[in-house]
Amino acid sequence: MSLLEFVNRMLGKESTSSKNIAKERLRLVLVHDRASISPQMLNKLKEDLIKVISNYMDIDEDSMEVNLSQDDREVALVANIPVMKMKRDYSTKG
Amino acid sequence: MGEVIVVTSGKGGVGKTTTSANLGTGLAVAGHKVVLVDTDIGLRNLDVVMGLENRIVYDIVDVTSGNCRLRQALIKDKRFENLFLLPAAQTKDKNAVTPEQMRELSAELKQEFDYAIIDCPAGIEQGFKNAIAGADRAVVVTTPEMSAVRDADRIIGLLEAAELSNPKLIINRIRPQMVKRGDMMDMADILDILAIELLGVVPEDESIIISTNKGEPAVMDHNAKAGEAYRRITRRIRGEQVALMNLDVPEGLMDKLRKLVGLR
Ligand SMILES: Nc1ncnc2c1ncn2[C@@H]1O[C@H](COP(=O)(O)OP(=O)(O)O)[C@@H](O)[C@H]1O
Ligand SMILES: [Mg+2]
Repeated sequence: MSLLEFVNRMLGKESTSSKNIAKERLRLVLVHDRASISPQMLNKLKEDLIKVISNYMDIDEDSMEVNLSQDDREVALVANIPVMKMKRDYSTKG
Repeated sequence: MGEVIVVTSGKGGVGKTTTSANLGTGLAVAGHKVVLVDTDIGLRNLDVVMGLENRIVYDIVDVTSGNCRLRQALIKDKRFENLFLLPAAQTKDKNAVTPEQMRELSAELKQEFDYAIIDCPAGIEQGFKNAIAGADRAVVVTTPEMSAVRDADRIIGLLEAAELSNPKLIINRIRPQMVKRGDMMDMADILDILAIELLGVVPEDESIIISTNKGEPAVMDHNAKAGEAYRRITRRIRGEQVALMNLDVPEGLMDKLRKLVGLR
């Protein structure tokens, strides 16, 4: 334990305690661990996306890509969905 | 119709076998007819913790492969006539049992017993899949360490994928002194991370080692802290609402000093 750590603990400050280090490291590692998604679930997600997006535009379902991507800090859902045709937006053009 | 409860963890050495023995014994003390099933093939241990190692003739693989009848393989406990053990095979191959066979075995056990407690091997491979195959509910054991909590998280995901939802958590080997000085994650930290329901907390306790030495589960020892913890866990499994055990440590010198200088 460093002197600073010791003083912090004497003062009852917890931020440097090893449990907080563990918690933060766990949080990060679990973001990655949990980022695995089964092919079935990914397929369901794709189908649902197609359903919703089709209300607004025609998309190329065959070349659409949906994946989870991750780096050190975060996990993102990345989708590449080629648009074939936009539907006319009657509501705003009135 | 009885209930099959699997005790699992992912990581090895966190207290699955200890928990199975104590929970099973606790339920037997409460008057239920209980069978303990050791599915850790090749690493048989529950027999020793229960003090029944000298009575084994047949094992679980003998039963699933039709070598003997279930009744022939069941070992009656020394102390309780309503408590039985189905031991793991020690020399057979890990893949000697299939999930389908486990489902059949579980169904058979449920006819005869109020509770079947399945002690699961470490890992997420075949042995784990077998152990959970016939279970109605799951108990996940972890210790307050990063690696154990991480593995518990993985197991919870796999249990949910296998439609064993709502597993309950036991946090084992808590050391209140370390929690107090901020060097060990506490109950709230772990529940926050794993986001599942708590079944109980068990302190680190020498009595676990002593009771294992003797082959007498700590739940029978009324002076043991861990025994008290397992008695409470047993009651919660039976559906009772029981307060958490107080694991607070008495005020130490540091606390007194802090108070003295007005920091608390
Ligand atoms: N609460 C506890 N206090 C002290 N020792 C414990 C406690 N729980 C488990 N142990 C010890 O830890 C070791 C591993 O426990 P075990 O139940 O065999 O784990 P697992 O079945 O998960 O591999 C054993 O030697 C056991 O006596
Ligand atoms: Mg074990």
